[in-house]
Amino acid sequence: MEVKKIEAPLSDDKVLSLKAGDNVLISGVIYTARDAAHKKLIELMDKGESLPIDLQGQIIYYVGPTPAKPGQVIGSAGPTTSGRMDKYTPRMLEHGMKACIGKGLRNQAVKDALQEHKGIYFAAVGGAGALLSKKIKKCEVVAYPELGAEAIHRLEVEDFPVTVVNDAHGGDVYVAGAKAYAR
Amino acid sequence: MRELAASTISEHVAEMCQEANLYLGDDVFRVLQNSYEQEESPTGKEVLRQLIENVEIAKNEQIPICQDTGFAVFFVELGQEVHLTGGTLEEAINAGVKKGYTEGYLRKSIVDDPLYDRKNTGDNTPAVIYTDIVPGDKVKIFFAPKGGGSENMSTVKMLKPADGEEGLIDFVVEHVRAAGPNPCPPIVVGVGIGGTFDRVAVGAKKALLRPLGQSHPDQRYAELEQKILNKINDLGVGPQGFGGRTFALDVHIETYPSHIASMAAAVNINCHASRHSERVL
Repeated sequence: MEVKKIEAPLSDDKVLSLKAGDNVLISGVIYTARDAAHKKLIELMDKGESLPIDLQGQIIYYVGPTPAKPGQVIGSAGPTTSGRMDKYTPRMLEHGMKACIGKGLRNQAVKDALQEHKGIYFAAVGGAGALLSKKIKKCEVVAYPELGAEAIHRLEVEDFPVTVVNDAHGGDVYVAGAKAYAR
Repeated sequence: MRELAASTISEHVAEMCQEANLYLGDDVFRVLQNSYEQEESPTGKEVLRQLIENVEIAKNEQIPICQDTGFAVFFVELGQEVHLTGGTLEEAINAGVKKGYTEGYLRKSIVDDPLYDRKNTGDNTPAVIYTDIVPGDKVKIFFAPKGGGSENMSTVKMLKPADGEEGLIDFVVEHVRAAGPNPCPPIVVGVGIGGTFDRVAVGAKKALLRPLGQSHPDQRYAELEQKILNKINDLGVGPQGFGGRTFALDVHIETYPSHIASMAAAVNINCHASRHSERVL
């Protein structure tokens, strides 16, 4: 199986080179955010205020890890269901986000926004939280510590495995994959 | 009357919470390995490889299999000759959940008010507890933590008796197709048939407790399970929805007698991390 290696944050050229179905290993810095953090970021955008993190070129990982034990970088840390972030994702892309990592279906507005703003939707393997935690080498809270597991964390990752679900060209592995293997 | 201290139940429940979240059952692990051997899609195979490695890392390094360590769901068979001392069954189980989730560094995923406040209770309580009073002086406890992603992909439908086997199959397969990649496939599909609106949903959940690879004791339902499993896998959705031959690992059906006017049906989906632990006290 062919695997592409990429560095985060992402450039437009890199985004455009990725196609639905590609298996990718991400290294570099990514940020976490799920429901509660998205809600807060969008509220700041609505008020025209500056965000606690610069979204330019960034990859956002939808995750709410288990608490780290003493000596661990992070606890179990697999992706959560992305559809809950659909409402917020087009705005995040408008503000410079280049990609997000989660699992499960996105709505048409998100798929359209990915094409419009040259973005990517990756999926990590849902339920592989122990394995994925080993790919996270450093973790620190950078905003909203009061949200606990839902705070925005800055993660340094090495060879973090994902698959491209929706690319910037309209490709969708959830549609193409099932078509190829249906009987 | 046999006396049993509520604190004994709490101690065991605390252990069960950690056990279930760290160690995947051999039944599920074997089916995952078989699926890995048989999967035709290269990406699907890679997903299954990661899931097998994940189970090993979880066990060896004591990291929860999934970060969603679930709603704590219990099925208890309480012998009617048992007298609990020092607390109620509900208190005992919740004290165990609090201890297990806190000391085990498991995620606390429960909020107190479902609509308005949504404030985290901080210790993953309260649990969801179903109790059957049975003959004897033993207490049998099944624990099955239930993740939100797969639980959200569940449904109940009041089918008509005339819908028959075909209507039931269509209902289950169409529902699972629509759920697609969301419940983290490969999935285990629990199907309840019969009973009332509420009873059928409990049946679907109970169906998920049966070890994988073990068919329904009634041959007709065993064949129906296999038929539905084949149809689900023929959708081609595959591991994580990336395409492939392993969308579901197993289909389990639980039935209950039905009203003459009804044929209630329910689908409760579990992800591949079909976690459970049990104790007889």
